[in-house]
Amino acid sequence: MTAPDVHEDVRDQDLSAEARERRLHPVTPLRRAWAPVAIVLGWAVHDLNEAQRRLAQLTATTLLIGIAVLIPAAALYGFLTWWFTHFSVTDAELRIRTGLLFRRTAHIRLDRIQAVDVTQPLLARFVGVAKLKLDVIGADKKDELAYLGEREARELRAELLARAAGFAPETVRDVGEAPAEQILHVPPRMLAVSLLLTGGPWAMLLAAVVVPALLWFATHNLWTVLAVAVPLAGGAGTNSVGRFIKEYDWTVGESPDGLRIDHGLLDRDHETVPPGRVQTVRIVEPLLWRRRGWVRVELAVAGSSNSVLVPVAPREIAEGVVERVLPGVTVPGAEALTRPPKRAAWCVPVWWRGYGLVTTDAVFVSRHGLMRRRLALVPHAKVQSVRLTQGPWERFRGVADVHVDTGADKTVTARLRDAGEAAELLRAQADRSRTGRKVARPDRWMAP
Amino acid sequence: METGTEGTAAPRAGAGAEPVWTGLPRGLLKVRRLLLVLWLVPLTAAVGVLLGVFAGGVWAAFALLPLAGLLWGWPMLGRNWRSWRYAERADDLLISRGVLWREETIVPYGRMQLVEVTSGPLERKFGLASLQLHTAAAATDATIPGLTPAEAERLRDRLTELGEARSAGL
Repeated sequence: MTAPDVHEDVRDQDLSAEARERRLHPVTPLRRAWAPVAIVLGWAVHDLNEAQRRLAQLTATTLLIGIAVLIPAAALYGFLTWWFTHFSVTDAELRIRTGLLFRRTAHIRLDRIQAVDVTQPLLARFVGVAKLKLDVIGADKKDELAYLGEREARELRAELLARAAGFAPETVRDVGEAPAEQILHVPPRMLAVSLLLTGGPWAMLLAAVVVPALLWFATHNLWTVLAVAVPLAGGAGTNSVGRFIKEYDWTVGESPDGLRIDHGLLDRDHETVPPGRVQTVRIVEPLLWRRRGWVRVELAVAGSSNSVLVPVAPREIAEGVVERVLPGVTVPGAEALTRPPKRAAWCVPVWWRGYGLVTTDAVFVSRHGLMRRRLALVPHAKVQSVRLTQGPWERFRGVADVHVDTGADKTVTARLRDAGEAAELLRAQADRSRTGRKVARPDRWMAP
Repeated sequence: METGTEGTAAPRAGAGAEPVWTGLPRGLLKVRRLLLVLWLVPLTAAVGVLLGVFAGGVWAAFALLPLAGLLWGWPMLGRNWRSWRYAERADDLLISRGVLWREETIVPYGRMQLVEVTSGPLERKFGLASLQLHTAAAATDATIPGLTPAEAERLRDRLTELGEARSAGL
C-alpha cells in the first residue's frame, strides 16, 4: 500500500501542528465487502422457492456477468468506505471521520471516556486484527474503530488512556501501556460448576420435559411436541454454553490506567475501565451458590453495556476486588445491614426480611432478595439525586422507600424504612452526595 | 472539581432547619379544573341524552358516573395542587409532591446537567410554564409544573448559576 502513505505524508505537512490522520487496517474492506453479498444471500434465504426459480432461469453467461459485476462492486464499496474513514488523536479528542455519501464526523472528548474495549472476534484473531470500542456517556451506540492491527489497537488504547489520564502531551507516546497486576482469575472448572448451579437453565430444561409431555397428552402429535421441545432444550443448553464461552478465562487486572478485564474462549475481549468511572457495584449471591460461598459481581459504568466484573468467585476474594474498584470502601457484612421494622411485613409479606440498608462514609449499601441476595453499593460521589416515595399503604404502616439515582441509569432503592428514618436518610444522603464529590478523584486521574 | 462551596459555609447553617417551601401559583389549579369541566360536563350531557333517548330513562342514570367523577375530581385536583411545593436550599433543590403517593426529590445543584423551561399552547394561554431539571441519571424526575413564566425564568437562571458554581460532573 503506497497510496495511503503518500496521502498521509501530505497530510502531515499540512497539519504539522494538528494530529496525524490515520486509516484503519487494510483488511477492513474485506469485512465491508460482505455487505452486498449478505443482502443477496439474505433475500435468497428469505424466499427460497422464488430464488430457485430465478436461478433455474439464469444461463451460465448471465450468472458469470452477474458475478463479474457483483464482486467488483462489493470490493469497490468496501474499499471506498475504508478509504473515507479516518481517525486522529488530538490532545483532548479522538476524531473519527467517516461516510461516503453521508459524512459523519465524531469528536470524542477523551476526559469523558468511560471505558475502552479492545475486542477480537474469532476470525479477527486469525487475521491478527482487533476492534477498539469506546464508551461515552449519552451515546446510544458505541463508537468503534474496526479493524486495527492488533499491536496498533493496543498502542492506541494506551495512548488514549494516557491522554485521558492527563499526561503531558509530549510524553504520551512514551508512556506506553501501563503495567497490569492480575488480581483475579476464574478457573474454568469453577465457572462450569457455577453455571451448573444456576437456576435458569434447569428451569428451562424442566419446562422442556413438562411442556412437551403435556402437549403429547393433549394432541398426540409427535411433530408438535418436537417443535416445542427442541427449542426449549436447545435454549437451556445454548444459554449456559454461551456464557461459558464468553466468561472463559476471566481475568481481572489492576493498572494505573484502571481496571483491566480480559475474557473469552473464542472471541477475546479486553476491557479497560479508568479509575473513578464505576457508578454502582452489585454483589449477587444466587441461592445455589450460597453453600459454597460464591458470589457474582456486576458493575455499572455510565454509557457502557458490559456489566460483569467477576462471573464467579469466593466471597472474600470478590470483596477484595470490589475494594480495589471502589478505593476506601469496605464491603459491609450481613450483620452490619439493618432490616426494615417488623410492621413492614404488612407491605411486603415475606420478602421484607431480605431488605437491608447501611450507609458508611463512602458508600450507600442496600440489599434485597431473599433467595437470590443482591447487595448494591453506590459511592456517595456518584449519586445524582435522592428521592423518597411513600404510597398510601406504606404511609398507613409508617414506612417509606428511599431511591438513589446514579449516572449509569441505575437506581438503588432502600425499601420500607421507618418513615422518620427515611426522611432523615434523605437529607443526610443529599448532604453526603454533595460532599462526597470533594474527595473523589478528578476525571483526569493522573493530571499533575 | 468542587468549587465555590467553601465560601457558602455561613448560609448553610440553615441546612438542618426546616426548608422554606414555596407553593405553586393558582393558575395551574384553574387550568386543570377547567380541563376537568370541559371533558366531563359534555360527557355527562352526551351519555345522559343518548341513553335517555335510545335506551330509556333508567339507563340514563349512567350519566351520573361522569358527574360523580367531576364532583370527586374537583377537590382531588385541589389537594394535589396544594401538595406541590419546592424549596431552594443553599446546595440543593427540594421538590415535594403527591397526596396518596408522596414523593420528595432532592437534586444537588452541582449535579444538574440541564435546566429546561417548557410551555405548551394551553399553558401559554394561561401564563404558565414548567421547569424541568435533568441530571446524568435518567431516573431523576424533577419537574415543577405551573410556574409563572417570570418565576420559571428566575429559577432557571439561578439554578444554572448555582449549578456552574458547584459543577461536579459525573
